Amino acid sequence: MKHFTALVSAVLLCAAAPSLAQEGPGIIGTIPGFGAKPRLAVTDFRGSGKAAAFMSTFNGTVFSDLQSAGLFDMVSKSMIPLQPPQRPEDFHAQSGTGLALQDWSGPPPNASHLAFGYAADQGGSFVAYGYLFDVRQPLVGAQMMAKRYIDSMDDNGARKAAHDFTCDITKAFGGLCLADSKIYFVSDRTGNQEIWVMEYDGTNQRQLTHNRGISNMPGISPDGTLLAYTSFRTGRPQIDILETASGRLRGFLNPSASINSTPSFTADGKTLYFASTVGGGPEQIYRCGVTGGGLSRVSRSQAIEVEPKVNPKNPGEIVFVSGRTGPQQVFRMNAEGLDVERLTNGEGEASNPSWHPDGQHILFSWTRGYAKGDWNVFLMDVASRRYDQLTHSEGRNENPVWAPDGRHLVFGSNRGGSYQIWSMLADGTAVTRLTNQGRNKQPVWSK
Amino acid sequence: MLKMNSRGVLGVMVLMAALGVGCKKNAPVPPRAAVPTPTDTGGTNPTGPMGRPTIVSFTVEPTTVERGQSAMLKWSVTNATSVIIDHGIGSVDVSGQRTVVPADSTTYAITARNENGSAAATATVNVTVPAESPEKPAVPHAKEDIVQQIGHLQDAYFDYDKNDIRSDAQAALTADAATLKQIFADFPTATIIVEGHCDERGSAEYNLGLGDRRASSARDFLVQLGVPADKLKTVSYGKERPKCTDATEDCYQQNRRAHFSAGQ
Repeated sequence: MKHFTALVSAVLLCAAAPSLAQEGPGIIGTIPGFGAKPRLAVTDFRGSGKAAAFMSTFNGTVFSDLQSAGLFDMVSKSMIPLQPPQRPEDFHAQSGTGLALQDWSGPPPNASHLAFGYAADQGGSFVAYGYLFDVRQPLVGAQMMAKRYIDSMDDNGARKAAHDFTCDITKAFGGLCLADSKIYFVSDRTGNQEIWVMEYDGTNQRQLTHNRGISNMPGISPDGTLLAYTSFRTGRPQIDILETASGRLRGFLNPSASINSTPSFTADGKTLYFASTVGGGPEQIYRCGVTGGGLSRVSRSQAIEVEPKVNPKNPGEIVFVSGRTGPQQVFRMNAEGLDVERLTNGEGEASNPSWHPDGQHILFSWTRGYAKGDWNVFLMDVASRRYDQLTHSEGRNENPVWAPDGRHLVFGSNRGGSYQIWSMLADGTAVTRLTNQGRNKQPVWSK
Repeated sequence: MLKMNSRGVLGVMVLMAALGVGCKKNAPVPPRAAVPTPTDTGGTNPTGPMGRPTIVSFTVEPTTVERGQSAMLKWSVTNATSVIIDHGIGSVDVSGQRTVVPADSTTYAITARNENGSAAATATVNVTVPAESPEKPAVPHAKEDIVQQIGHLQDAYFDYDKNDIRSDAQAALTADAATLKQIFADFPTATIIVEGHCDERGSAEYNLGLGDRRASSARDFLVQLGVPADKLKTVSYGKERPKCTDATEDCYQQNRRAHFSAGQ
């Protein structure tokens, strides 16, 4: 699954030989965004005055943003011509050193598109001018985008300008920009499990809860304003909801139970699904309003049932984890708790289902084919139950969740020797470690 | 739910007492020699009638102890496929011994079974409560503070992804029941937390539910032995508070446990 060509051939193979479908190759090819990619060249911007000091931050952020976007086939920096343009006026009909469009569309870059520009110190602000050209077009029709980005004259300002620029480029290709997205996760770096938040690329890591106990298993509201999680603040695992902007706790009426855990929001943000022992016996699936009112039981079994996740496109479909057929597996049911079907085939143990924004695919973790506890990330097309394995025994890989763009995912893994947060593209490329301090786990990706 | 159940059980017990039905726990048991007792399903014949198991011996030494002291159950059985001792001891080998610390006078029953039938015998240990004299305001164990007493409580261990009380856990919890009753006698306002824990292999989310089942199972078992339910509170820590972190079965087993800590 390392290369797109492999994916395409896997899909073709699968279509030609349905008997291989059980092995599940090629699900990834059914997800938008994994088709042919524009070949994008991006120049290093030069900065004048005080801006010069922040250009390595700016240029590094632009390149890594675009590379990790997964939308582009990036031209390597070593193929960039010696004399790149800084402004549209710099282009000539002929050049040979970088100031003509054909210097970019031809070898060695063989690019389809070029992002370039420059930065300056204007009245103490960091100001970047960014351009995007389709280099296969005549010069008059080549310009796709020209924008100015004004930010503070420091590393953060340069990074923000770079994120905004790459965001505009991503949108120009119909992609969804992750630059403003946030990843919430659990870290024990203070000595206690607390909820933290960071940028999608791992920068600006910030502590949100200060319970000095255990706070974990977060779920984020679709608009990113509310974070629900499992908290031992009162001694037992109960649900807390905080406002992400202020960090303040919101009133939430927990049912009187030994456990209320694994909260998640519906797509309209009005209902919370969670697991609770309020009915006696093992944890079952319940739902209520975001203040805790209107409690109703959804699942009815004699087994432990946790991690309810409502389909973002269909509020009548819930995936969840249950032990009702033995070792924990991923199931689905309707909002009345009926029409229960097991999605995983009973092998190993399965957990952590997470819906793709398309409402058709889930990510989950599974020990299928490995020892107990050796989790790997899998992708399933829920309708056909065909699946792909996305990680391959590089440590334990758990809690995979999709990014809002539906192409990236973030997960917890101990592949580097300790439990950390990693992101990657669903085709297994662009694998990036996002955390370093303490042990980190259970990420969720918010708009 | 739980309260209704205990009320129901109580009701049945009262009814049984009223009807003159023998009730092991409530009926006063006269002290008797700790020798095998013939029953309608077995006998003392060493050959074992009709191929049934034979209980060669089932004794307790001493037959009278002060509360808090231990006694030793010893047994030997032949021709049996299963041997069970009640009061939470559970399945045992055909011969063996077990230390018990009954809080009150207790009659232990041993039942041996094979394909042809069963045999049973009983042994009684009488527990005396020493009269407290004014010169001796505190019983010796009360010199220990509650933390020390809680330290005597044994963990109950579980199989992977299970919350059944195994025979070794039955023995541990049976001893714990006596200790807990003593703690609540010495510290009437104390509450004890029964913590449920799991090994690191199941998912954190599922294990939180599993730890709750383990804590509940241990609590229910203790309540059956007469520990007051309102003094025990359960908390599941799932796999969040492991005792050890090695990736070995030995460590996994240490973490699959019910553990006790002080409430409040």
